[in-house]
Amino acid sequence: MALAALKTELKNFVQSMFEEGVLDSQFSQIQALQDSSNPNFVDEVITSFCSDAERIITELNRYLGYQNVDFSKLDSYVHQLKGSSSSIGAHRLKLACVNLRQASDDRNKEGCVRALNLITREYCLLRSKFQIVIQLERSIIALETNQQ
Amino acid sequence: MGMAAESQFHVLAVDDSIIDRKLIERLLKTSSYQVTTVDSGSKALKFLGLHEDGATNPNTSSVSPNNHQEVEVNLVITDYCMPGMTGYDLLKKIKESSSLKNIPVVIMSSENVPSRISRCLEEGAEEFFLKPVRLSDLNKLGPHMLKTKFKDHNQKREKQEEKAAFQSPKRQEQEEQHQHQQQLLQQQSNNNKRKDIEEGLSPERTRPRYSGITAAV
Repeated sequence: MALAALKTELKNFVQSMFEEGVLDSQFSQIQALQDSSNPNFVDEVITSFCSDAERIITELNRYLGYQNVDFSKLDSYVHQLKGSSSSIGAHRLKLACVNLRQASDDRNKEGCVRALNLITREYCLLRSKFQIVIQLERSIIALETNQQ
Repeated sequence: MGMAAESQFHVLAVDDSIIDRKLIERLLKTSSYQVTTVDSGSKALKFLGLHEDGATNPNTSSVSPNNHQEVEVNLVITDYCMPGMTGYDLLKKIKESSSLKNIPVVIMSSENVPSRISRCLEEGAEEFFLKPVRLSDLNKLGPHMLKTKFKDHNQKREKQEEKAAFQSPKRQEQEEQHQHQQQLLQQQSNNNKRKDIEEGLSPERTRPRYSGITAAV
């Protein structure tokens, strides 16, 4: 049955993300909050997270681009991204934020640039995997709706 | 057997992060609470019927002492770190307000800073949750909301009984029972207060006992 196969595929894919450390158990908590009355919850959370993360990364790039870096502004944005990453279970991205925070505390501009590059890489990786998760979720919902 | 059919408890959740608002809303609804979310402390105060300077909104009814806000809020759960008014500022404003001070307040934070935690608890927060908040954390909210309903109900009852000429021994017994129950509820919530947690410890997070604030009943 196609539905069961899709569910297995999703489960295995998310499992691989756990194993790679891309996601941690917090993501399971989010999945657990999805049910028949809120079938799009995971989709919504991922979508909100991604748009928020992109906004923050854009700002980080902007502030780091100035001659005189406003490290406290940087810190405030990293704090937000770290918080969101933690809330969605984006483990490696969260660690990358800790990295940037450290460099920012040290007032180390070069270190910040490197750290931001890492954040960007981790985010892109996460986003592409999240896109697969969303596709699978939507296919599952479509099939489940058709079966009703 | 049962409690009389009551409307659900209503929780006001305050957080500037859209993801955290989504999460806390889902968690609260899963726990069968009615939820309103706002993205700032000033919006929270507005919702509660209080202006930032502490003045009560003249449009809300002040006739009944229990109903200063248009919609009854049984608990406020707020993020600590927010731009503008922090969760701590919000907590203070609520506790300083004669109309709102009985509303239990819970603080959430992504950072485990012991001095921050004690400051909030000393200011009157009932609980301090480390983010990301889990469903099991929300199980601790019930007693705080029940206690307020119980207290409100009891205040009404006491007022009625003051009309009686003298205290009967039976009433003294009831009061003692009530105080004992309140102590039990308080102890239960004290034992459950959030403690030191090391970052990076997952998935088993150890929760040592937090010895500290005992609120007077």
